[in-house]
Amino acid sequence: MSSLARILGFRLAQAGVVGVIVGIATFVMMRALPGDLAFRIAAGRYGYDNTTAEAAAQVRDELGLDQGPLLAFLDWIGDIARFDLGRSLVSGETVWSEITHQLGASLQLAGAAVLLAMLIGLPVGIWCGLRAGSTADRLLILISSAARAMPQFLLGLVLIVIFAVQLRLLPAAGHGDVKHLVLPALTLALGLAAALARITREATHGVAQSSYYEFARWKGLSDRQVFFRHGLRNITPPVLTYLGLQFVLLAEGVVVVETIFGWPGIGHALIHAIFHRDVPMVQGTALVMGLGFVLINTLVDLAITRIDPRGDGRSSNRAGIEHG
Amino acid sequence: MMKRLALAILLSTSLSPAALAADDVFVVAAPFEIKGADPSLSGDIFLKMDIAETLVNADTAGHLQPGLAESWSVSDDGLNWRFDLREGVTFHDGSPFTASTAAAALDIARAKKGLLSNAPITSITADGADLVISLSEPFAALPAFLAEYRSQILAPRAYGPDGMATSVIATGPFKVTDMQAPLSLRTERNEAYWGAKPAIARASYSAIGRAETRALMAESGDADFVFNLDPASVQRLASVDQVGIHSVSIPRTLMLKLNAADPHFDTVAERKALSLAIDRAGLASAVLRYPAAADQMFPPAMAQWHQAGTSPLGFDPEAAKALLAQEGWMPGADGILEKDGDRFEVELLTYPDRPELPLVAAVLEQMFADVGIKAVINSTNFSEIPAKHADGTLQMALFARNFGLVPDPIGTLLQDYAPGGDWGAMGWENAELTGLVDKLASGTGTDEDRARVSSILNDQLPVIPIAWYQQTAAVSKAVTGVVIDPYERSFGLRGMSFAQ
Repeated sequence: MSSLARILGFRLAQAGVVGVIVGIATFVMMRALPGDLAFRIAAGRYGYDNTTAEAAAQVRDELGLDQGPLLAFLDWIGDIARFDLGRSLVSGETVWSEITHQLGASLQLAGAAVLLAMLIGLPVGIWCGLRAGSTADRLLILISSAARAMPQFLLGLVLIVIFAVQLRLLPAAGHGDVKHLVLPALTLALGLAAALARITREATHGVAQSSYYEFARWKGLSDRQVFFRHGLRNITPPVLTYLGLQFVLLAEGVVVVETIFGWPGIGHALIHAIFHRDVPMVQGTALVMGLGFVLINTLVDLAITRIDPRGDGRSSNRAGIEHG
Repeated sequence: MMKRLALAILLSTSLSPAALAADDVFVVAAPFEIKGADPSLSGDIFLKMDIAETLVNADTAGHLQPGLAESWSVSDDGLNWRFDLREGVTFHDGSPFTASTAAAALDIARAKKGLLSNAPITSITADGADLVISLSEPFAALPAFLAEYRSQILAPRAYGPDGMATSVIATGPFKVTDMQAPLSLRTERNEAYWGAKPAIARASYSAIGRAETRALMAESGDADFVFNLDPASVQRLASVDQVGIHSVSIPRTLMLKLNAADPHFDTVAERKALSLAIDRAGLASAVLRYPAAADQMFPPAMAQWHQAGTSPLGFDPEAAKALLAQEGWMPGADGILEKDGDRFEVELLTYPDRPELPLVAAVLEQMFADVGIKAVINSTNFSEIPAKHADGTLQMALFARNFGLVPDPIGTLLQDYAPGGDWGAMGWENAELTGLVDKLASGTGTDEDRARVSSILNDQLPVIPIAWYQQTAAVSKAVTGVVIDPYERSFGLRGMSFAQ
């Protein structure tokens, strides 16, 4: 119980620090970008045929952009303190409603990708870890390195060409049905699966070499019994820690994949918000993503504490960090 | 065992018989993102998807046609316009379309900057079934302005208290069933539509930013109608059996804007030299991949404005060098021209939203280098062009200007050339041209005036026309009745159907 309280307390403090840093950093970066704020926002709203000095002047007026950066920042902090993320400067919708909509789409995509990656990576990694040095094991290293090295942009287009254009099994892009989810999720999943297979292979190999594993065998348990009773549980913590860290990579991948497949997620929205200097959207999105990482790490900590109650969650997570 | 299970699950998710083109939804893919329900933000999409309507329509030649207004007339002094509105029209929520709802919608549109706020309107009132618009001075392009997307009529309930629309409740042959900004929109046929009902029962719109993805959607049969293709995709799709490529010349011109107040471009001879340095035919066939070299500003699609017999803008680098020498520009040690210690090195501003622009800029850089001019390309956000116009630091800018936003280009000319504007002349003023444009705007101009405008622009070159655009769409061959609108007001959904 005390370890649970410690984990939660630490993560809560971390969330606060992340929130402040993200808020200041995004604000400063958005202001430091070249180009006139009012013109960029007008461009985002009205498109290139209608972006004029007149439109920019109206935007400047409407949003009070002349008030200076310090005042604008204080306004934002004040709003945050009231749990109000403000409104998008481009669409006029509340940032919160836009983010929940987009975050849902991204989580759906990321969740499907993680699931697919686990379905591919875990069995392959365990299989090879138990047969270290075999042809299959060496093949895994080769294939996973190749899959890791392939840019997601290329991978996405290759998958579209194979599954949508050649085989006509799946839609090339779009959003709405389950079938639209498959290709973007697979694009994200393959790279993740490759890394996951490698980590799982290492963990499995380590466990299979250990004295307690040897002992379990020696006392006469079958391979199956040894694996499920003594292997799996010991393999899980490093793999889970690694998976938690992969969300950083996933967030990066989501930006690329969402753009290729026309997926209305948070990565896609963030790019557009930066383009159009939609400061509240950028701040809100970055804040939600930053807090999302803290949340995921907390969940991973809690899960590991439950699986391996010997140490406290944080130290095993740290070991995982060094490992990854 | 786990592996086999994993494989089975993977196969069942990725290879399920996804019945793709089997449904009856007509799928449109285009690059434009849905920014919101308000006409000022994404009204163009609602108009293109046949969801919203305007009082006045335009046909593919740009001629005005009745829309929600059956006819219109203007008083002798040109100050009062009377629009006879269609009766028995209802909005998608069942509420009636009347002269007062139209007046309210137009008043809301007019309160926002742009288009209608630039027309000399003093009041918009309902007079029985008629809509009366009063002006402070004659303005012949008013009906054309009412055909633009920002002048679309939404129901009173569509607007929030701040005048921004929160939903798209309009009168068109399709109504919105689901809108997920920024990327998707679904519609179904409006069974209560006042005009001929469309054959297509349901349609959807997907905003797909990447041209490669859009082309692949056409190729895979995922989208029935793909708008705006890049030149490379057009060539590839031409060999795909199930897809037809439709191209049309549009009133959009690729042009190079010059700051005529800048010492490098302050004489006509200098601007002419720049124009002569450009091999337009080579550039168009290499980058745009269709023969579209511009010999004047107005493309053939603008029948009233295009001058068939005009003396074309030629390509002659030697003549260009001679003109520059005549202006005192002499090659320096590195071959770049100099005059009184000033190097002919200028910034060429452009933007990558239109993928061909940075390519064109790179070709221009080379062509200018051949006559001793160093152009430094700055490919950035397009808003830098009006921003640098406003603060006076712009030197050259390469962009594509649409003269068909309003079916009558006079509004665009007023904004851009009489005397100057963000997407037109800079540091340049021509009293004769301003007078002619004003005269044409008030409705008293003639075809000769239009010809004169065209020839002044060609002689003075405040901007240098480079190429005329073509719009290209890839449409499934299972679709009939395809018409590509050069004025980009409509995708033509109401006229299309799936072949049986």
